Amino acid sequence: MLVMAVCTLYFLVPIWWLFVGASKSSDQFTSTNPLWFADFDLFANIGDLIAYRDGVFLRWMLNSLLYTGGAALLGTVLAAMCGYALAKYRFRGRELLFNVVLSGVLVPATALALPLFLLFSKVDATNTFWAVFLPSLVNPFGVYLARIYATASVPDELLEAARIDGSGEIRTFFKVATRLMFPALVTIFLFHFVAVWNNFLLPLIMLSDERLFPVTLGLYTWNTQVNQIPELRGLVIIGALLSITPLVVAFLLLQRFWRNGLGAGAVK
Amino acid sequence: MRKRLSALLISVLALSACGSGGDDSSSEGAAAASCAPSSGPVTLTYTTWIPGIENVVKAWNDKNPNIQVKVQTGPNGNGGTYQNFFNQLKAGNTPDLGHIEYDALPSFRVQDGLFDVASCDIVAKAKDQFIPWTWNQVSFGDDKSAWGIPQDSGPMALFYRADLFEKNGIPVPKTWDEYAAAAEKVKAAGGYITNFSQSDINQFAGFAWQAGGRWFANDGQQWTVNLTDDKTKKVADYWQNLISKKLVSTVPPWTTEWDNAYNSSSAWTWVSAVWGANSIMSGAPKTAGKWRVAPMPQWSAGESIAGNWGGSATAIFKTSKHPYEAAQFALWLNTSEEALGLLNKEAQLYPATTAGTKYSYLANPVEFYGDQKIYEVFAQAATEVTPDFTWGPTMTSTYANASDGFKAAVSGSGTLTDALTSAQKSTIDTLKSQAIPVKE
Repeated sequence: MLVMAVCTLYFLVPIWWLFVGASKSSDQFTSTNPLWFADFDLFANIGDLIAYRDGVFLRWMLNSLLYTGGAALLGTVLAAMCGYALAKYRFRGRELLFNVVLSGVLVPATALALPLFLLFSKVDATNTFWAVFLPSLVNPFGVYLARIYATASVPDELLEAARIDGSGEIRTFFKVATRLMFPALVTIFLFHFVAVWNNFLLPLIMLSDERLFPVTLGLYTWNTQVNQIPELRGLVIIGALLSITPLVVAFLLLQRFWRNGLGAGAVK
Repeated sequence: MRKRLSALLISVLALSACGSGGDDSSSEGAAAASCAPSSGPVTLTYTTWIPGIENVVKAWNDKNPNIQVKVQTGPNGNGGTYQNFFNQLKAGNTPDLGHIEYDALPSFRVQDGLFDVASCDIVAKAKDQFIPWTWNQVSFGDDKSAWGIPQDSGPMALFYRADLFEKNGIPVPKTWDEYAAAAEKVKAAGGYITNFSQSDINQFAGFAWQAGGRWFANDGQQWTVNLTDDKTKKVADYWQNLISKKLVSTVPPWTTEWDNAYNSSSAWTWVSAVWGANSIMSGAPKTAGKWRVAPMPQWSAGESIAGNWGGSATAIFKTSKHPYEAAQFALWLNTSEEALGLLNKEAQLYPATTAGTKYSYLANPVEFYGDQKIYEVFAQAATEVTPDFTWGPTMTSTYANASDGFKAAVSGSGTLTDALTSAQKSTIDTLKSQAIPVKE
């Protein structure tokens, strides 16, 4: 119990610090207790942040949601289809294909960023939305999870029945298999969402147009300018607080499904 | 990865960097031919992390419909933009113009990434407008070439708390000896004379620059590394003494802790560059009106030599298709009163031209400094920086090595000289590993 309390504290204190810090004006930020409130300026600070450079921060938030939300959604569908196919169809080279995909899990995203940059340079597509979006769709771990779940939770008999009733393969996948795999899909989606959100190096290398930045890169950019423009420090802190909210919301909304998914896997 | 690929390239180029007359004249001939005006409208890309640069560039774009400049941005140089430039050089899609700090220019030069702007007649004509030492930072001491247009500079001076010095009857130090003596008195009065920058080696480099230390040299054949010359050692011993006696505080720079040391009046002076004026203003708002600026303390009474901390150039990349137009823009950006005024307003850049330091916006009294005309001190300091300080081609790793040692030294293990000795060795190793010729 004590261990849990200490761990909880360990995880929550930085967020608490961030929240308290974001509510202070810049001179109180350095001169007052970092873990307790001074004058509550949170909303004024948010106003400053949104007004700074014509609301570029909102643009970054929107970009982040498009990159991560879009890539996670589409990537989950792709991973589910791939995993389902590997689990339910027999074809030559299936295990080989699966092993190749699986070995992709071992390659860190950072190691791929530079080769990807050179590839995109060849087709003149760096510094575009697609330069970040397309590589983010790939999720080998999702394929692995989807295959395991499809094997465990989609009975062959059910697919047979669907085929006998005249359902095409694609329809069977979307109408039957995805329903059964839903908890797994939520898990894949969350993993993928976090992975793309945290993949900082790819946009850093690919993008030089400020209007395309995700929020992580944008805030980092500001943070590197703090010794030139010290006012930015406050904005970075408020920006960091706002930028973690989508992640918190995604987890709070989806954790119900996630727990179901983990439980379902355990029983099988 | 990059290192290995370009190792061969580097060794060839480093050799010819400032090299033999015959080779140079032929390559310059080719370059001069390429610095010709393009026909028709031109769009240039310019990557920089200067805050508010769009407003400066807009002033140019409004007046030059045929040469439109598009701004690209990113984190500061060492935060990722330099690495991006290197990647783009490899892929062949660099911007036309890039913002590169003086201490990073040699690394781009060694990789043969830059266009020699001295081959443009308009640049050669404008050379005299720049303060000679800033021009040296882009020409590396070679009259015939220049690897960028100087943009800003960071002449150093002494920021001090006039109220505290007066109240405690401590004279404002004019020499480093007086500064050390003042440090004792400040300690007795319950403060620290300053905060020693333990992880940002650039401040120390500025001190060494003032004292006459020369860390790198290139004779056209090979590099010499000398982080531990007598002058630098003198500076290192001086600060080591203050650290050992606990007369200076040592919180990490650019943190809230650091701001707080100034805001709460625990640190009384800061020997810093001209842009430091803004750092104090926003980091220590409670001390408004109490700061003044005096010339940097001297090693010998009666001298007037200043150091430099920071500054950058606008470079044109070798892959640019429109170097002439790029040079036109870079010259406007860094010499015209309009652009320099805007750069100063948006980002507190301090100009690198002689005329720039005398413009009206730098002549006003500054309220935060008790209405002192502080920029007059810096304009004077800008003329007192010694001209022949050269940066090495691998400063990022030199800084990293030295700052590890400095951090150890302030926490009591080893000394600043130890740190420099080990940085000296690892810098030579880095140069060798990149196949850059270096004298041992």
